[in-house]
Amino acid sequence: MEVLWQGLRQAGELILTADAELLRILVLSLAVSASATALSALVGIPAGAALAVGRFRGRGVVQTLVNTGMGLPPVVVGLVITILLWRTGPLGFLGLLYTPAAMVLAQFTVAAPIAAGFTQAALELLEPDLAGALRVDGAGSAKLAQELCRAALPQVLVAVAAAFGRAIAEVGASLMVGGNILGQTRTLTTTITLVTSRGEFGLAIALGIILLALALLVNAGLTWRARAAVAA
Amino acid sequence: MPGLAKRVLTGLAVLLLGGCSGQAAPSGSPAVNRPPVILATTTSTQDSGLLDVLVPMFEKQSGWQVKTVAVGTGAALELGARGEADVVLVHAPEAEKKWMADGNGAKRLLVMHNDFIIVGPPADPAGIRGLAAAAQALDRIAGKQAVWISRDDRSGTDQLEKQLWKQARLDPAGAPWYVTSGQGMGATLTLAGQKAAYTLADRATYLARKNGLGLALMVEGDPALLNVYHVMPVNPTKFPGVTINTAGGEAFASFMVAPETQQVIAEFGKDKYGQPLFFADAGKDESQLGL
Repeated sequence: MEVLWQGLRQAGELILTADAELLRILVLSLAVSASATALSALVGIPAGAALAVGRFRGRGVVQTLVNTGMGLPPVVVGLVITILLWRTGPLGFLGLLYTPAAMVLAQFTVAAPIAAGFTQAALELLEPDLAGALRVDGAGSAKLAQELCRAALPQVLVAVAAAFGRAIAEVGASLMVGGNILGQTRTLTTTITLVTSRGEFGLAIALGIILLALALLVNAGLTWRARAAVAA
Repeated sequence: MPGLAKRVLTGLAVLLLGGCSGQAAPSGSPAVNRPPVILATTTSTQDSGLLDVLVPMFEKQSGWQVKTVAVGTGAALELGARGEADVVLVHAPEAEKKWMADGNGAKRLLVMHNDFIIVGPPADPAGIRGLAAAAQALDRIAGKQAVWISRDDRSGTDQLEKQLWKQARLDPAGAPWYVTSGQGMGATLTLAGQKAAYTLADRATYLARKNGLGLALMVEGDPALLNVYHVMPVNPTKFPGVTINTAGGEAFASFMVAPETQQVIAEFGKDKYGQPLFFADAGKDESQLGL
């Protein structure tokens, strides 16, 4: 138990002293996960909206992909992306392995289905009358999806928050495709893995607390944004 | 991360004291667009903190940027054999010789050694404390069916452990007291401490992790427990069509056996643990170590 208190104290120290190494890790974690979340939203929200309103060819396939993707094991994603990005692999020419870009790709792969699935669920929960009324007004599918997203904005923001949560919490894939390289691809979660194996449990807890605080801040920000959207 | 910062500073201080004679960077000044050097190595070099000192030092000296991939020795050799690394730093002499014989490496240079030790619960239920022969200790552990943790991850440590059981003419695989962790050295030591079990550890990781583990040193000093590290640049001719960073790999290998680096290795950990974690061996012959 003592180690938890030690961790709490250490977390405070690290934050108060603005530890340079911690800052770098924090900034990288945020940059990677925010990029992955933005990409996930860009792809996931339209995909989720399309699934909610559209009746298009291949819908069943996309639906299955999204449903399965929401439970995608990061370690498998990491392994497959690593092999694809190997110098001898099909995407090796990009030179992306062991870079933050590879980590963005991995986190995007696990986060995008979450954004899609949550968006779809949010839109399908809206009053069916709304969709009907919009259709009567002559709205096309694209217009309809857009209006529904606007109506369900708070829930869509929750979808984005969930995607961010998945991205920032992810460790298995980031470790593999990033390599956990000091100063280049070491994020909060991969650092926690490393310092735990080094037996620096206090530091691991401290970093864990910081990670939780970060997730809390981002979620609080999005929730606040969602409230504001409802009020408007 | 005060501990980390301290280690880096120590390494730099040693570097300044030891190697201020101004040896020119071997590969010239840092150039733009130079590909990174991919170093595949073992978890023990990372878990002990040695790489956090050596890699920045190499980057500063040579201008190459290093991407360190810390995996088990088995995986590191496999990455090298697939042309996915430019240089490997590992510790499994038998596997390395085979790897070289398969044409994967350009050369194989002795870097350093430390030793493996058998650690276990202070109560020592198998009664092995102070035994001179590792094989005899394993024999007693098997006889008492005392819990033993094997990493079982094809790391250098794991490969040596399997060799020791072979030497003891025992095959513990599948026995209920033979537990496999499948994890790195640090995590395996934690597991052994929690389960009051015996395990084989490299001395560097054990010293770095000793406090609070609840494990005691049981067996040391058997020549069979020697832990030797070699650096091997990957042989580019084996991989036509793959751009191996030959110059970078060679530069890292030369760096590892350079006098200043060797001095940093020899000093590493002394301030924190009262004894060095590794013994510098560049230029020696393996037979001088008793292999």
